[in-house]
Amino acid sequence: MAIRKPPITTREYWAPGHAACAGCGPAIVMKLATKAFSEAMEEKYGDPNAFAIAHATGCMEVVSAVFPYTAWKAPWIHVAFENAAAAASGVEAAWKKLGRKGKILAIGGDGGTADIGLQALSGMLERRHNVVYLMYDNEAYMNTGIQRSSSTPYGAWTTTSPPGKYSIGEDKPKKWVALIAAAHQAPYVATASIGDPYDFYRKMKKAASVDGPAFVQVLAPCVPGWRIPSEKTVEIARLAIESGLWPLFEIENGDFYNIKFQRFPKDGKFKKPIEDYLKIQGRFKHLFKRPEAIQELKNQIKEVWRILGKEVELL
Amino acid sequence: MPMRKVMKCNEAAAWAAKLAKPKVVAAFPITPSTLVPEKISEFIADGEMDAEFIKVESEHSAISACVGASAAGVRAFTATASQGLALMHEVLFIAAGMRLPIVIAIGNRSLSAPINIWNDWQDSISERDTGWMQFYAENNQEALDLILIAFKVAENERVLLPAMVGFDAFILTHTVEPVEIPDQEVVDEFLGEYVPKHAYLDPAKPITQGALGFPAHYMEVRYTVWEAMENARQVIEEVFDEFEKKFGRRYYMIEEYKTDDAEIILLTMGSLAGTLKDFVDKKREEGVKIGAAKMTVYRPFPIEEFRALAKKAKVLAILEKDISFGISGAVFADAGRVLVNEKEKPILLDFIIGLGGRDVTFENLEEVVEISKKALVGEKVEEVNWIGLRKEIL
Repeated sequence: MAIRKPPITTREYWAPGHAACAGCGPAIVMKLATKAFSEAMEEKYGDPNAFAIAHATGCMEVVSAVFPYTAWKAPWIHVAFENAAAAASGVEAAWKKLGRKGKILAIGGDGGTADIGLQALSGMLERRHNVVYLMYDNEAYMNTGIQRSSSTPYGAWTTTSPPGKYSIGEDKPKKWVALIAAAHQAPYVATASIGDPYDFYRKMKKAASVDGPAFVQVLAPCVPGWRIPSEKTVEIARLAIESGLWPLFEIENGDFYNIKFQRFPKDGKFKKPIEDYLKIQGRFKHLFKRPEAIQELKNQIKEVWRILGKEVELL
Repeated sequence: MPMRKVMKCNEAAAWAAKLAKPKVVAAFPITPSTLVPEKISEFIADGEMDAEFIKVESEHSAISACVGASAAGVRAFTATASQGLALMHEVLFIAAGMRLPIVIAIGNRSLSAPINIWNDWQDSISERDTGWMQFYAENNQEALDLILIAFKVAENERVLLPAMVGFDAFILTHTVEPVEIPDQEVVDEFLGEYVPKHAYLDPAKPITQGALGFPAHYMEVRYTVWEAMENARQVIEEVFDEFEKKFGRRYYMIEEYKTDDAEIILLTMGSLAGTLKDFVDKKREEGVKIGAAKMTVYRPFPIEEFRALAKKAKVLAILEKDISFGISGAVFADAGRVLVNEKEKPILLDFIIGLGGRDVTFENLEEVVEISKKALVGEKVEEVNWIGLRKEIL
């Protein structure tokens, strides 16, 4: 029997021994993203190592680089919270002048991307730097202890959106940074979820392969922040896709009229109930006493799909 | 042959950048510094300068991009002022802590509120604790020279700290003066290409930069910044010597003017030093034993030079365009540290002057001398004096 080539590279850039929680979603993102990047660099430049990483402050930065240790087998820099995209711009400009082939990977969480780093991200995309910005979206400021961000979904508990007598939890709809990134007419923008690692892997490879800026927003559940069992991370990320809560799409050059969708049901009807996704997460527990809030969340997601050009039915 | 051209100080700063050949420039427009990136854009557009110019969306990103570029191993330059420098504040600490020899040209301008585009030094003075070296230029020529000097010192292996070069808003930034532009070949000999000895963001030798420092290591890392700044004193002297040999112009940490028999010495920084020299000449004709001193390097603070100067004076008056509310001007507070344990020391007086672009006139300086003379004969005077205040509108 012929030995098949592994579906993803066996090269590792994210070493064991980092300090992330058991079952950490973003840690899976780091591992897969760098592998995908390396494959793309090998195919494009003949050098799997032809990349550097600029990392925003956040969980993955903190757990991976505690002096004198590092989990990174790639050149890596952390500057501050809001400026990963700007620092990556500088690295890219320097590499260009040094005649060094390769691409820069900027990484930030949802707080560092959707909120404090949005301006630097916009600048990087608009200036057409040869940088992939990877937003690992765990839907709150987890590093500081679970505070809401603009990427926190409606109804979610966080420490700054607690449900109470006058609160249903987070009371604003989730901000979709991928759509903002696409509005920059960036060559490649995609959403992904670690619930479909092969789809994420393919998208990271594509992002790394295009000339110019790319943006990938990947859903990455947080065990303590979402109040979930550590063995359920990937399952929950998959349920997000299957219930219709997490649209998987690609937008090239800002062409909103030709969005490509992945794992989209042909009839527009998602087969898994949203409640299946919500009920295994402690952060949504309180919603089950407030069915109108769950309905509101569904309405908001349907509206996102409608903006994407799809009429959907959610269970 | 060096060429002489008449130009604004901002243009002189752009020329310095052109001569220093940074590979990356990242800048954002702000009054009064905007002409620096404008001129650099022209140099690049005309093929006279070979740099990547990142037209960033804020000063925060300007300095962040410089950090990225410098950490990738190339020379990086930016220019800003006032609110722009304040917006960079967070990243200034990081650039110093990561030991990245970036140079910023600063058109020294006041800080809001009220918003004001004119000259004082509050912007760069407020960054004195960031770990950046600070140089202040008296005129356009000095601005050009000091930028080249700043790169040379910053990139020295014993230092590896970033540096800012300040020159007064409008008084210098927008004023034309003849400036000698050194030959590119001589600058190349002086400065050389920046080739960091460590592997910076190189896939062949991957290293991690900007890691988390726990209490077990943080203090030592900060101490190395302190050490580097201490080393900078010696390196600055060496570079001043080398600069003089190459270009014929001599710089001093503190430059003195008619101080040898002076009872009263007026010390300042920047363009005000020129005014003081004229004023000293006038007062000397009147028989007043007065001298002036210009502090060209503010960080590292020229401790020994300042002590030597202080020994010559009975009253040392500091004229400064900044204020640290609740204590005094920043230079005065620093001077206190420098003299506190000296056995013999002059009466030290602080004069807050010319904030927000207010002209510093000879009348103002007469007031400084009057207060200093009172102190000289033993009268009690205020230690911190605001000069030229319009008391009638207070």
